[in-house]
Amino acid sequence: MASRPELLAPPEIFYDQSEARKYTSSSRIIDIQAKLSERALELLALPDDGVPRLLLDIGCGSGLSGETLSENGHHWFGLDISEAMLDVALEREVEGDLLLADMGQGLGLRPGVIDGAISISAVQWLCNADKSSHEPRLRLKAFFGSLYRSLARGARAVLQVYPQNVAQRELILGFAMRAGFAGGVVVDFPHSTKSRKEYLVLTCGPPSLSAAVPKAKGEDAESCSDDESSGDDEKTTVSVSDRHRPRKKQKLDKKSKGRDWVLWKKEQMRRKGATVPADTKYTARKRKSRF
Amino acid sequence: MRLLTHNMLSSNIKGVANGFPLKIEAGKVMQKQVEMNLDFLKNMFSKIEWKPFVEAAKTLGYSELSEDVDPSLLDSQEFLANFHHALLEIHVKEGALVCPETGRKFPFSKGIPNMLLHEDEV
Repeated sequence: MASRPELLAPPEIFYDQSEARKYTSSSRIIDIQAKLSERALELLALPDDGVPRLLLDIGCGSGLSGETLSENGHHWFGLDISEAMLDVALEREVEGDLLLADMGQGLGLRPGVIDGAISISAVQWLCNADKSSHEPRLRLKAFFGSLYRSLARGARAVLQVYPQNVAQRELILGFAMRAGFAGGVVVDFPHSTKSRKEYLVLTCGPPSLSAAVPKAKGEDAESCSDDESSGDDEKTTVSVSDRHRPRKKQKLDKKSKGRDWVLWKKEQMRRKGATVPADTKYTARKRKSRF
Repeated sequence: MRLLTHNMLSSNIKGVANGFPLKIEAGKVMQKQVEMNLDFLKNMFSKIEWKPFVEAAKTLGYSELSEDVDPSLLDSQEFLANFHHALLEIHVKEGALVCPETGRKFPFSKGIPNMLLHEDEV
């Protein structure tokens, strides 16, 4: 990232219509967001019993992260401060409910009701004072305090953040601890400049075995490359950047979503009343190699 | 916004001791069909504050839910279907949420309530 959006303008101004538009049109942004939210959901470590949970998406924006939650069968609602981004979410017909709210004013939620919270690239915005009435410390305190209260006992919150520097990371983590959370920071791909991602994994309630911080991905130094698309897989051994490969061989290792996913998505659109072609044996069939 | 979300929200205006439940001034209400999931309903049953839930459903014109419930009702298909419908299928599109203590209105726009507080309310 060449420049940090936090330094340019407040979130409700920065994410205007043209910036929000990118979240529907740029496949790169969509791909990164989907990966981040999948990882966040994994770190959330919900019990593996197939019961849908009620999750909260803080800074849900255009609902890209919420879509991952829906795909995994969970119910969610999200809040964001940018109206333009929420409009995009409406356009995408996301399944969760949306609220126009500012996390720095505290979350107006009942205590102990949320089964888990995720937040993708949002919490670092709290460290900025965009109005004369903003005091980052008070806003962080209000945010973490209200988040702690609204989570059920033993529930987790996974916040993916881009802290600007060490001081900012400590500031955020400090306020999380002061609110009563246990947990810490998980850094995926710590040796890569591009793929490096930080997640605050916080557990509500007294420290216990489940509060142990999960292991990060790609911690062994050599195996990760700077290339985003090859950085996420343990199988990847070659660090050739995708663009240097012959055209035909590019992105062969990219996982496709598969027939089940396509059928599920079609069913979802059908329920929304869209005209969707019937499911046949040709649906999501792999193309012949001559293509 | 669905009643599921409404049941979780409370007003967090400074100085408000009990901001739950927010009253609904419904303008336009929409229905959308959603697949039923028994496990989710059972999970949510313990979390829902029942009285405000029934009242909110009534203001939206749905009065199939009774005021008194106990967990044994979770075996009744009819109850589950009603619970599911009220919880997930009714969407408030226009209107406002009203703080029970201060009367401050949080207006809806396109189904999204504006929960932003003014500077003096934080």
